[in-house]
Amino acid sequence: MSALQMKRREFLRVSVAASGGLLIGLYLPGANQLAAADEPSSTVFMPNAFLRIGTDNRVTVIVNHSEMGQGVYTALPMLLAEELDADWNKIAYESAPVDPKYNHPVFGMQITGGSSSVWSGFEQYRNAGAAARAMLIAAAAQQWNADPSTLRAESGVVIDGTNRKLTYGQLAEAAAKMKPPEKVTLKDPKAFKLIGTPVKRLDTPEKISGKAVFGIDVKNSGMLSAVVARAPVFGAKIKSFDDSRARNMPGVRKVVAVPSGVAVVADSFWQAKVARDAIRIDWDEGAMHAFNTSQMMQQFREQAKSPGKSVRRDGDPDAALANAAQKIEAVYEVPYLSHLMMEPLNCAVDLRADSCEIWTGTQFQTVDRAAAAKAAGLPNEKVQIHTTFLGGGFGRRATPQSDFVVEAVHVAKAAGAPVKVVWTREDDMQGGWYRPAFLHAIVGGVDASGNPVGWRSRLVGQSIMAGTMFESIMMKGKEYDPASVEGVDDLPYEIPNLAVESHQAEVGVPVQWLRSVGHSHTGFATECFIDELAGLTHKDPYQFRRALLTKHPRHLAVLDLAAEKAGWGKPLPQGRARGIAVHFAFESYNAQVVEVSITDGKVRVHRIVSAVDCGHYVNPGIIAAQLEGGAIFGASAALFQELTFERGRLQQTNFHTFPVMRMNECPEIETHIVESNEKSGGIGEPGVPCTAPAIANAVFAATGKRIRKLPIRMTEAV
Amino acid sequence: LISFSVNGQHVSLEVDPSTPLLWVLRENLGLTGTKYGCGIAQCGACTVHLDGETIRSCVASVSRAAGKEVTTIEGLSPDLSHPLQRAWIAEDVPQCGYCQSGQLMSAAVLLREKPRPSDEDIDDAMTGNICRCGTYPRIRKAIHRAAAMMTAGGAK
Repeated sequence: MSALQMKRREFLRVSVAASGGLLIGLYLPGANQLAAADEPSSTVFMPNAFLRIGTDNRVTVIVNHSEMGQGVYTALPMLLAEELDADWNKIAYESAPVDPKYNHPVFGMQITGGSSSVWSGFEQYRNAGAAARAMLIAAAAQQWNADPSTLRAESGVVIDGTNRKLTYGQLAEAAAKMKPPEKVTLKDPKAFKLIGTPVKRLDTPEKISGKAVFGIDVKNSGMLSAVVARAPVFGAKIKSFDDSRARNMPGVRKVVAVPSGVAVVADSFWQAKVARDAIRIDWDEGAMHAFNTSQMMQQFREQAKSPGKSVRRDGDPDAALANAAQKIEAVYEVPYLSHLMMEPLNCAVDLRADSCEIWTGTQFQTVDRAAAAKAAGLPNEKVQIHTTFLGGGFGRRATPQSDFVVEAVHVAKAAGAPVKVVWTREDDMQGGWYRPAFLHAIVGGVDASGNPVGWRSRLVGQSIMAGTMFESIMMKGKEYDPASVEGVDDLPYEIPNLAVESHQAEVGVPVQWLRSVGHSHTGFATECFIDELAGLTHKDPYQFRRALLTKHPRHLAVLDLAAEKAGWGKPLPQGRARGIAVHFAFESYNAQVVEVSITDGKVRVHRIVSAVDCGHYVNPGIIAAQLEGGAIFGASAALFQELTFERGRLQQTNFHTFPVMRMNECPEIETHIVESNEKSGGIGEPGVPCTAPAIANAVFAATGKRIRKLPIRMTEAV
Repeated sequence: LISFSVNGQHVSLEVDPSTPLLWVLRENLGLTGTKYGCGIAQCGACTVHLDGETIRSCVASVSRAAGKEVTTIEGLSPDLSHPLQRAWIAEDVPQCGYCQSGQLMSAAVLLREKPRPSDEDIDDAMTGNICRCGTYPRIRKAIHRAAAMMTAGGAK
């Protein structure tokens, strides 16, 4: 199913999620057409921008999305290899350079985000493979003087009716002289051999031998290392600095002021880091010097008492709530969160008089290139980005301001040498661009038989889009940021009177999309509150949801599947209880059933059953891995994670103060995929939103206490 | 001059002895398979073996390695033949892959000490290695698989 056939509302949703949908890109004529290859070659067959076939039979697939763990270096080659009828054992991958021909076919720029890589490449990569296959068959037909329609292709070989064979490598040179087909025919999905199978990831060997090159591993001859002293408070400016000690330390080449702080350039990272720590900076701390998060949340609570900008209004919520037989009010709060990729931010730059080469793990090539060009004072086309493996992304490496790339260009400029800027873990955690803290004030009511009659959600939090290059597109004609309210604005439950209102908080903390974006908090608030409504009249939370989802069969199917596989309603060992949640995000449906126990006020998650409907899927092995990882990501946030500020300073520095779930805390996780022929949906993010509410709802089932604030602290349960 | 052996090769380096072993491996010796994650022995991405035992190389100064044997991920096997590497492939463990060198080095010592580890043994040995992608369930399965392969005599 083509992304271009998606409905406009879905575009919008996907774009918001993806951090940057340039909607105009959607309507570019021929956006889905194959771009031509750069360098036609006689010995190598390069029929289009997405693959190369060598005389050695190797098929190299050029991947236009960044590999950050989500499996694009396997899933996109699968799409191409399927239509090429390639030998899977001969497939290699390569990251695409920055070039418009590698733009996301829907977003109109080179970007990895919004859980969109596979669905956006679903036809792009299949078309590329099918076109190459047609040319290889045409080359064989010419060689054998045969009618192409009598030939077939199989596992990297063209075969005729008499079983004569030519490998793709043998045909590469001749195929390069064939005309690309005007039109290609794609396989009937029933004929798929690779798509839909749990093919092993292609990048595993590199990643278990230490050979995979991440940005932090890049080292070119003559390249120096830099570490930057940045502001301790957002928006602070340097008044003066004393680098007298740092300058004389071993290995230090230069200490230079850059817009973001003071950079130490040295022969090695460690020398640069030690010297950086020896710099004394006097800061003008500016407006954020007294900022503290507990005061901010107090302000959010006050703001939530007045109506916000209307996002959605069905029926007459005020009257319905006034006349409800029973009513409940709840305030849910979630904190700022750090993406905390295992690989801290880094960026290597080789800046010359008329060129700039960049090596980094980025999700945002087009935006980064433009920003780097501006910082370097060069035209866009003089800047090239080599995308390395990303040691995790989760949205942090898709920064509209390109902070870590622009800074590295400034450092390289000041250093006058090729340089790699590496952030320490503390630098990375304190560097901003967090998931915004949010507050949801919800009121709901049921009638005498326990059926919901009214619901009003008021959200308070910072906008991600405001102030970015995407604001004018994403927020056009709206008084709110769609990324703030996604997941509550489309509440699927059948409630006749519904209001969703948004307050945009103005706070000087830089915020950004983090895995599942707005859904990371709307999923929590809405799925906890629907549970609270069920609890009002002591209804079973699973059956209560079912009754309200009769018009949403795909929600219902994942909910039923998760409940069935988890044994909903069946007895559990003493002290254990189950919670459930269902949510739609990034074009996919997810439901989770979680089992918990509580000992000495500590919540332990024992088991998570996660069911997904992500439409027509490509690799069920990768999908299971993303569901497992998504649940663990969600559980880490639910149980442990919170960023807090005092006197403008972030209080968390490293893994000991901002913990991630560890092996001994990790539950058993079971995943199930709904068979579907619907168009492909996302998978990197949809597995996150349900985990926190399912855990919170299980805590209620175990203790009778509601969790309304993350991370979960039993002392704060109500 | 500090001398030690890395993956069976003798090295002698002129380097500030207080430099963490991690950065000597990565920058002086070009062995970038060992990763920096936290710098305070919290995440395990920098795990290597020193005379056969796991250490967090981000907090171990290079002087600690003097006269000893260091093994990094690059030395686990020359050809992905270590049972853990084979099991890692079979279970499709890595996602982003950044933490996996450290995970494998911790698991290698576990298997040497406990050829048939229980889930509790795995918790004890692996809890110091963080994976932000959440590959723990697969790491657990892969360790059990590698143990089974070794018991079956499939590998030394």
